[in-house]
Amino acid sequence: MSATSVLNPDVGGLRWWHNRTLRRFMRHKMACAGLILIVLMVLACAFGPLLLPFDDLHIDLRNRFAPPLTGWHLLGTDPLGRDTLARVLMAGRISLLVGFFAMLLSIAFGATIGIVAGYYGGRTGSVLMRIVDAFLSFPSVFLLLALAAFLKPSPMMITVIIAITSWMEVARIVETEVRSLREREFILAAKMLGLSGRWIMFRELLPNVIGPIIVAATLTVARAILLEAYISFLGYGIQPPLPSWGNMLNGAQQYLVRAPWLALAPGLAITLAVTCFNCIGDGLRDALDRRSQH
Amino acid sequence: MLGFLLRRLSQSVILLFLVSLIGFAALTLAPGGPLSQYALTPGMSQQALDRLAEQMGLNRPLPVQYWDWLTHLLRGDWGRSYRDGQPVLTVIFSHVPATLLLMVTSTLLAVSIGAWVGVKSAVKRYSLFDDVATMASMIALSIPTFWFGLVAIYIFALKLQWFPAGNMYTVGDGSFTDVLHHLVLPVMVLTFVDVAVWSRYMRSATLETINQDFVKTARAKGLSPRRVLLRHVVGNALLPMIALAGMQLPMILGGALVAETVFTWPGMGRLFLDSLGYSDYPVVMGLLIFSAIMVLIGNLAADVITAMVDPRIRPA
Repeated sequence: MSATSVLNPDVGGLRWWHNRTLRRFMRHKMACAGLILIVLMVLACAFGPLLLPFDDLHIDLRNRFAPPLTGWHLLGTDPLGRDTLARVLMAGRISLLVGFFAMLLSIAFGATIGIVAGYYGGRTGSVLMRIVDAFLSFPSVFLLLALAAFLKPSPMMITVIIAITSWMEVARIVETEVRSLREREFILAAKMLGLSGRWIMFRELLPNVIGPIIVAATLTVARAILLEAYISFLGYGIQPPLPSWGNMLNGAQQYLVRAPWLALAPGLAITLAVTCFNCIGDGLRDALDRRSQH
Repeated sequence: MLGFLLRRLSQSVILLFLVSLIGFAALTLAPGGPLSQYALTPGMSQQALDRLAEQMGLNRPLPVQYWDWLTHLLRGDWGRSYRDGQPVLTVIFSHVPATLLLMVTSTLLAVSIGAWVGVKSAVKRYSLFDDVATMASMIALSIPTFWFGLVAIYIFALKLQWFPAGNMYTVGDGSFTDVLHHLVLPVMVLTFVDVAVWSRYMRSATLETINQDFVKTARAKGLSPRRVLLRHVVGNALLPMIALAGMQLPMILGGALVAETVFTWPGMGRLFLDSLGYSDYPVVMGLLIFSAIMVLIGNLAADVITAMVDPRIRPA
């Protein structure tokens, strides 16, 4: 599907997006730094484990609790003598993938709800938005933990559960945007042409709200990574031996005095990844905001 | 005002109904449902289980079960804890004060510090202070609260031994200073995270107010810049914070719950986690619904207070 609105050439389309927005994004230093760092991080997690001399599951009981910089163990080893760096990188694969797919799911669902609610408005719209409000009334950690405890914790299920508890914000944002676009001429024109509701919603309205959706998507990745880390830290998320940043912290908790580096590495990895996504989201928001044209 | 109150109240009732639906849906997802506690009892046959299901009405259609559950809920009968047989509401209420203490202390601190940082950042926009505050709040919003808690425990409790690593009071003590001593670390962690949120809001609210006509008028009248800032700018910028406090309530509550799990603080978050561990589903569900009700009441209160304080948005 091409992302250009046929009837609204002034705002619609990714071409507009490329020119001005990209330039403004590039001026946002923190956002650019975030983008570069996150690309490096993804590359490190994807290819790093292949370059390291240790396998993340290789147990070496003679080298338990080696502090960082012992030989080739740059970040030390854990109670089973497994290399921390190798494990952090492998865990990054899981955590980043879960974060990314949870974002995809929640954005797809949330944006659809938002567009439908905003376009139809009236009773349909208010029922849908009240459901959004109801979901927002639960502290998301409670809902998340209850679902995670009730359902089988496979990485796929964790992804779905995180999406269930984070689709509401984007639905709200999209609904507000669509409601303000609904009365615009190009939508009236589309209606007069007799285009179907589905066509108007997904070929005309969607391209016009793609900016806020992209911003929300970036922030949702950050949020999803945090949520996965938290439930895995509590033991309800990704289950060992599959490593994730969260469950590495769970294991590190009891060795806080003896081996603090075990808690330091995954925690810093989470903080770095989440900071990067938040910075990128911030930069995108500034770049896409039509009001702040400085 | 009365009309507004009634309309807002009816909205909350509808939301409450939806919340109960979501809660019930989650409950039916629980493995084995309400029978799971009996299924673990040794010597329990499948027939006995079926009989129990019959007695508890578990083979009735879901809508009937839901209606039954809802009416009990409304009558204040939230079931009994599997763990000690106490009524769920009693168990929950005994854990509410600890959570409230944590939430209120950290929020008061965070709002005051956040307002100060936000106003200063806005007045000295793009200064070193503003840049540092922006960077710090970016990191504070990204740092996992539970990990930050672990770091705080490592530094201040294990290495420096200034503060206790967990719990709300020392067994056998429980005096005011003792609780205060235990309160420092969790409040410090929560405040750091919340200051980031409040200072960001306050910064943009101040920036929006600072260029409005009435501020220019006040300056033109020759009022001192300090007086203009405090009375005209900050006063008006603080207003949306009340509504925001209502909107942020799930986040503040969630933060407190996360901190509780790290600092073994005996509040609702700790209770929730313990109940999950014991498969004590009545308490788990009770806490889900209870926290949602707390959030709805908070939102309602914030809206009403805003409407009372700000004549501009008071509906006719």
